[in-house]
Amino acid sequence: MTPDDLLFTKEHEWLRIVGEAGTIGISDHAQKELGDIVYVELPKPGMKFNSGEPFGSVESVKAVSELFIPVSGEVIEINEDLGAAPEKINEDPYGAGWMIRIRLSNTDETGDLMSAEEYDEYIQEAAE
Amino acid sequence: MIPFSGWEMPVEYSGITKEHVAVRTAAGLFDVSHMGEFDIRGPEALDLIRHVTTNDAANLVDGQAQYSAMAYPHGTVVDDLLVYRHHAEHFMLVVNAANIEKDFEWINSHNRVDATVENVSADIALVALQGPKTIDILQPLTKVQLRDLAHYHFARGSVLNADAIVSRTGYTGEDGFELYLSANESELVWNGIFEAGASFGLVPAGLGARNTLRLEAKYLLYGNDMDGTTTLLEAGLGWIVKFEKPDFIGRDALLKQKQEGVKRRLVGFEMLGKDIARDNYPVFVHGREVGHVTSGAPSITLKKNIGLAYLPAEHASIGTTFHVAVRSKLAEARVVRTPFYKREDHQ
Repeated sequence: MTPDDLLFTKEHEWLRIVGEAGTIGISDHAQKELGDIVYVELPKPGMKFNSGEPFGSVESVKAVSELFIPVSGEVIEINEDLGAAPEKINEDPYGAGWMIRIRLSNTDETGDLMSAEEYDEYIQEAAE
Repeated sequence: MIPFSGWEMPVEYSGITKEHVAVRTAAGLFDVSHMGEFDIRGPEALDLIRHVTTNDAANLVDGQAQYSAMAYPHGTVVDDLLVYRHHAEHFMLVVNAANIEKDFEWINSHNRVDATVENVSADIALVALQGPKTIDILQPLTKVQLRDLAHYHFARGSVLNADAIVSRTGYTGEDGFELYLSANESELVWNGIFEAGASFGLVPAGLGARNTLRLEAKYLLYGNDMDGTTTLLEAGLGWIVKFEKPDFIGRDALLKQKQEGVKRRLVGFEMLGKDIARDNYPVFVHGREVGHVTSGAPSITLKKNIGLAYLPAEHASIGTTFHVAVRSKLAEARVVRTPFYKREDHQ
């Protein structure tokens, strides 16, 4: 189920790396836990973050959750569509619901992230 | 599922937004069996209720219900509740789940008149059918003439052959009924209502939608919007405090506060930007922290972000702006008229 070209954080963000660029969003598990998403606050292109820093927040009807960047980098693009249609995060968390694209500062930083398989186990364990 | 006062309660079934919209446009069915019920009986039942509650149950007729509260001697809130009058010597109080034990002890400790007080919460299930299609769905299932029951009135009858108290009350801001049932028959009734309601767009609704619906209608939530630290007058519940009544717990303190003027008031507000105020976010007036958001959420019906908070009385009039700390920034909010939402077909 979970796309196997993604890496995951314990905070339920995903990262897809293509060359030096990384696309970031939240997992299907996270969107289900949050429920109907009504607002997402994203950084501006050009902003730089260190691995693990908060880069924005996502709000559902019932809760707010901070977003943590999986790896260090500079924001090169944000998903403008989410401003008018944040529900895309619920509908297609790994596709149209992507949040930001970054240029990675260091492509060797991914060691702490989980593979899709490891992430599925991680949320299984958390449920038990 | 979240544990709530010993009950496993669904926060949502199909999604809070969908459930919320269904209640505003069609109907939703809530299982609120966690609420507590006390039977008060005997020739002294009314005396006891008049003493421990702030509204006046002497104004009730048989088959009528009343929103009321119990106050501490200093005027703060023990609980808010509904008082049902079956007949002159038999009343039912409906209290919040988290307060059942506290309320039961409180009432008993002030029972100077030897009324019989029985906690029947475990025997009674409560199902709330709410929304504009309620009567269409429920009428074929009961002989109780639903259209003849006025708001805040109830009848004893049967629903799907199960004994029920059919009460025209609710916590959503829509027309609707609450059905008090025997705990062992509630599942049958719940399932039967679903079968009957499917073609009307009826959906099961959870605690999440219950909260967003009640906030739009500005029904207060005990533990959030008022509690043992806030008085009934500060909470805007002066309309259920009947000073004409010679004696009730909290009367002296509340009367004094009324005469001196309240120093802070619970207000409804909307956010001026896109930020969502959540429960417990700090509230600032002129850079000074004055309290916190007691309830805050996106309003699904109004597409605005709304909430309730206590503000200093001199800063609580409609249109006044203040700030809510939303994580690292101060976001602007404005005091607005409440309820935020009022249904148009109000009877």
